[in-house]
Amino acid sequence: MAKTNSVAKKAVVAVTGIIMVLYLIAHMIGNLKVFAGRESFNGYSEWIRTIGEPAVPAQTTLTIIRIVLLTVVIAHAWAVISLWRQAKRARPHGYVTKKAVAQSYASRTMRWGGVIVGLFIIYHILDLTMGVANPEGPNGTPYDRLIAGFSNPLITAVYVLALVLLGMHLRHGIWSATQTLGQSNKRRERTVNLFALVFSVVLIGGFLIVPFSVLFGLVG
Amino acid sequence: MTATREGASFASGTETDPAMAPHGMTLTLRIWRQKSPSDKGRMVTYQVEDISPDMSFLEMLDVLNEKLILAGDDPVVFDHDCREGICGSCGLMINGTAHGRGTSGGPTTTCQLHMRKFKDGDSIDIEPWRATAFPVIKDLSVDRSALDRIIQSGGYISAPTGTAPEAHSILVPKKDSDAAFDAATCIGCGACVAACPNASSMLFTAAKVSHLGLFPQGQPERNERVVNMLAQQDLEGFGGCTNIGECSAACPKGISMENISRLNHDLLGALRAGARPKS
Repeated sequence: MAKTNSVAKKAVVAVTGIIMVLYLIAHMIGNLKVFAGRESFNGYSEWIRTIGEPAVPAQTTLTIIRIVLLTVVIAHAWAVISLWRQAKRARPHGYVTKKAVAQSYASRTMRWGGVIVGLFIIYHILDLTMGVANPEGPNGTPYDRLIAGFSNPLITAVYVLALVLLGMHLRHGIWSATQTLGQSNKRRERTVNLFALVFSVVLIGGFLIVPFSVLFGLVG
Repeated sequence: MTATREGASFASGTETDPAMAPHGMTLTLRIWRQKSPSDKGRMVTYQVEDISPDMSFLEMLDVLNEKLILAGDDPVVFDHDCREGICGSCGLMINGTAHGRGTSGGPTTTCQLHMRKFKDGDSIDIEPWRATAFPVIKDLSVDRSALDRIIQSGGYISAPTGTAPEAHSILVPKKDSDAAFDAATCIGCGACVAACPNASSMLFTAAKVSHLGLFPQGQPERNERVVNMLAQQDLEGFGGCTNIGECSAACPKGISMENISRLNHDLLGALRAGARPKS
């Protein structure tokens, strides 16, 4: 019989999604260090690279986090692409006329929105982590790169666009993960959707406050 | 299959009675015509006149078919049976929504969609359900036996039930019996598949899994049921669920998304318990 199980793949998407959301919460809170000034922000960046020292060599914790995240991203993408292909096979001949009755913009943009967010993450790492795509270059401190990048309205615009897309991805993703892991019911449905919306707005708001503060000269 | 019903004579009623001036609607229909499963198929435009607002959508198609038959043309094939909204036979994509849900204003089957929901001069696109698992037989008629095979793979209980038992001999909480009944109202029309952007039959399968899984009688086979029905669903070529909600919105019986969550919950439990699809 069937070798694949679409719901098992969906569970992979849900669990990996939750891990990434937990990372995003920590990432967003860490970013807010920028408001404590250059030393605090650079010190935070240094701390991440030295957690556990001297018991473990430098970068050990960070490397573990990176390996986990990379694995999670690959698993998320693999499961989603596999389900995407299954959906395409399930209806090769589309409708001449098709109208949506219930779907949200967020749910409709999950797939291509996810691809765009994935490409953004690559750019984001080249920009602020590695510095190669940053106006300041790879030699500046993390704080310098942040200020140099977000002083440019075009770079800020790219971040804003990607983060809004990510917010929508999370809004549907959190609801969808709750369903997929079998934790939703009629009574909880409204609460889960409301939570997903509020959570996404707060998280993305927390991310966006940094580039906007730099752009409008409140920081730096 | 095609329509030659007493109701169809409503259309010509005004012609035989000169006292009544024609007052019905004139509609432009664009209908999917496909001679056979292998035919490529195409949209064909037809005009129908003097359509009464009291007709059902299927009666309107009966009028068209009488006209086509009189003209010596092949009538449009569409599925229908009870025309009371309870059998699940009919099902058309009407202006891009299953059962014309975008026009009806509420849950409906195609046979219970009435022409008063349309206006004189409207143009209506009519297409069959589209899914790999629902191959077109002819025109608007599709083969939905994939849903039957999903039922055969686990949508039953094997305990001998005999005659109707004394209602109090096995107690079922009211909450569970209500939820099970809601799920059991599924008529298997396939609108969920037709409306789903992924062509997934998840709401159908979930309704069956919920219906049986909420009762004591459904417990012995609960784990095997969900695993086997989902394996069959994948095997039939349906897509996966992405929790968009088009299915539930299109469902004539308003079956809720919570059934999908319950199915997922059952599946993850069954897999942990070691249940695997029978090969």
